[in-house]
Amino acid sequence: MSAPAPVVPLPTTGRGLDLEDITLTLGGEVLLGPLTLSVRPGTIATLMGPSGSGKSSLLALICGTLDPVFEWSGRVRLGGRDIAGLAPERRGVGILFQDDLLFPHLSVGDNLAFALPAAVKGRAARREKVEAALSEAGLAGFADRDPATLSGGQRARAALMRTLLAEPRALLLDEPFSKLDAELRARFRDFVFDHARALGLPTLLVTHDPADAAATGGPVIEQPVGG
Amino acid sequence: MADTLRPVGGYAGQPSEIGAAAARPARPGGRLVAIPAATLALFLIPIGLGLLGTWAPALGVLPALGRSTLSLDPWRELFAAPGLAGAVRLTVTTGFLSTALALGLSLSLLAAWHGTRAFGLLRRVLAPLLAVPHAALAIGLAFLLTPSGWLVRAASPWATGWERPPDLAIVQDPWGIALTLGLALKETPFLLLIAVSAMAQIGADRTLAVARTAGYGPVMAWVKTVLPQLYPLIRLPVYAVLAFSLSVVDMALILGPATPPPLAPLVLRWFNDPDLQMRFMAAAGACLQFAIVAGAIGVWYGLEKLAARLARPWIAAGRRGGDGGLLRLASGGTVMLAVSAASLSVISLAVWSLARRWRFPDALPGTWTLDNWTQHFWALSQPATTTLTVGVAATAVALALAIGCLEYECRAGIRPTTRALWLLYTPLLVPQIAFLFGIQVLLVAGRLDGRWIALTWSHLLFVLPYVFLALSDPWRKLDDRYARTAACLGASPARVFWRIKVPMLLRPILFAGAVGFSVSVAQYLPTLFAGAGRLSSLTTEAVGLAAGADRRIVGVYAFAQMALPLLGFAVALTVPAFLFRHRRGLQV
Repeated sequence: MSAPAPVVPLPTTGRGLDLEDITLTLGGEVLLGPLTLSVRPGTIATLMGPSGSGKSSLLALICGTLDPVFEWSGRVRLGGRDIAGLAPERRGVGILFQDDLLFPHLSVGDNLAFALPAAVKGRAARREKVEAALSEAGLAGFADRDPATLSGGQRARAALMRTLLAEPRALLLDEPFSKLDAELRARFRDFVFDHARALGLPTLLVTHDPADAAATGGPVIEQPVGG
Repeated sequence: MADTLRPVGGYAGQPSEIGAAAARPARPGGRLVAIPAATLALFLIPIGLGLLGTWAPALGVLPALGRSTLSLDPWRELFAAPGLAGAVRLTVTTGFLSTALALGLSLSLLAAWHGTRAFGLLRRVLAPLLAVPHAALAIGLAFLLTPSGWLVRAASPWATGWERPPDLAIVQDPWGIALTLGLALKETPFLLLIAVSAMAQIGADRTLAVARTAGYGPVMAWVKTVLPQLYPLIRLPVYAVLAFSLSVVDMALILGPATPPPLAPLVLRWFNDPDLQMRFMAAAGACLQFAIVAGAIGVWYGLEKLAARLARPWIAAGRRGGDGGLLRLASGGTVMLAVSAASLSVISLAVWSLARRWRFPDALPGTWTLDNWTQHFWALSQPATTTLTVGVAATAVALALAIGCLEYECRAGIRPTTRALWLLYTPLLVPQIAFLFGIQVLLVAGRLDGRWIALTWSHLLFVLPYVFLALSDPWRKLDDRYARTAACLGASPARVFWRIKVPMLLRPILFAGAVGFSVSVAQYLPTLFAGAGRLSSLTTEAVGLAAGADRRIVGVYAFAQMALPLLGFAVALTVPAFLFRHRRGLQV
């Protein structure tokens, strides 16, 4: 049994994130696909489906951290270039998970500095960038704090800032709102989407909450279970 | 508002870099692929060669002594050796009994006390006992239990009426009771802590909740629902304990009888005989030791199957059991007795090392002194240095190899298998005496015997499995999304490793190091064989002195032997606690 290929009729811009004919299999069984999808800069595409349908694995495939037990075919292009052969750290794809995953051994500021490219030289210049990002997230003066002392919403915003400081060319969102309570959730969602649009990032969101999808204002793909 | 996040370099402005970027290596894991193979080779090849090097002389072949024709004479001599039957009987009874006692006590404790506050306390009390070397514990027990030991002194003459030490064989008794109890005492914490971590693995809490709500008493619920899932996870450690107890030498020399001793110390005596021709019979004895351990594991496996078959109808019969009060009382009382005995043993080492005069029925030394320590400081410093440097070096190499294997496993996406676990346990299942002679023959041929490097390497064989076992769980449990996040932030695998994984896992890394170091410090036979009499450690010195030297000197050596691993654990606990004192997410 094979589901109809969900094709989104968007023109390939060559500047966004393009997935072409992606099929993801595990032990010969098709988990997802074939999927073709073009995400233009500044738009947020949503992939919806029940858990276990290979959505997170698709994101891992795009950022290059897919577990070798999976097999896949197709093409992943970013800015017109095939990035499938690149190591994750060379791809320029940022990802946010359900948990903030702030490194517990580093201060909030060092978490952000970890992401800042080495091209930003000098202690003062780096510190300045980090401080600016923190105050943008409403976290001014939090640089030396232990991440464990922040509230859930503060941690979530710090995690987004960390991802953006690495200067990604595409943003992947792996249900990053699902663990936040309802009010916080809407606010953080807007915070993330505003940044993604302002930076012109092609963004791919996986979620099982229709409200998340509705808030994107972008294309939504319903992913059926299995292949 | 996103101005601060505009690119300063990196990808957008440098398209050419993307095109030129190195493609991912075809084989994930890259150069690390060599490490698991090297690690396995490192300990399987020596053990294999060591066994061959022991089997050959057992069949009359030992070119170094000019014998190169096959013969069964060593075996004829072995079976004609006086005391062999008694030695084998003693080996089998002490080995099986002590393992059964240790397993029985640790499982009863879990069944009766799991989930209580007292159990948490017990775990914390038992953990340091793991770090006490076998020899130090045995010497302490001897100090406590001998006719002139602390217990008799404390009760004399007011309760016993004894003015002189009674003529009783309490320690080194002909039945090996002291040895059995000593082994059980040393192995119970190990089995208990292994079983506790296995319980977390199988999600025992939910299983228990189901059984308890179905009306089962706490003990019955545990035995009928948790134990059948738990046992397969602790089977290999149980076999390791059985193999160890059947072939232990240092504890047997201190607590076991001498005429005859169990098989392993008897074989060691033959190996050390000035008559070189005894080597052949000794080699045959070492092979017999190997066969006994293999057979014992087989018998134990058979008993497991039998117990499982008998238990099935019993589990299905539906008896709910009582509140478990009786088992609570029995196991709690036993473990209190055991903990007191162990603590008093350890303290008695310190007391003896500080005694100047301690006449018989007095409960404490009449005069105290530091002279024992100052007078033996120089004599002590040489074996102490060897112990320390060999332990640190073997632990460092073991940590590097274990981390290399785990990191490779992680990068290549390999799942650990049961077979790999069996390989890892090989050095713990094969009796040391069955292959160390063969290794010594090889070392002599390579002119490496008695060298520091050979000693370190021989310790590495036993340190590595423990380091790997201690580190593998925390390493595999680390949420891999941290590493993935770091990679997506542009960090290379090396940077992810040094900046994220090592700091986040510093606590288990140092703890595994402390475990490895304590294993190295405790090694007796490998030090004896690879040290070839030219290098000695605190352990070989302490065991050697225990046979007859002044207790005050023995106390000094045994206490030093015990203090080193405890220091290691202290470092492993305090360093991360200090480094991460401002990081709540990394506190335990």
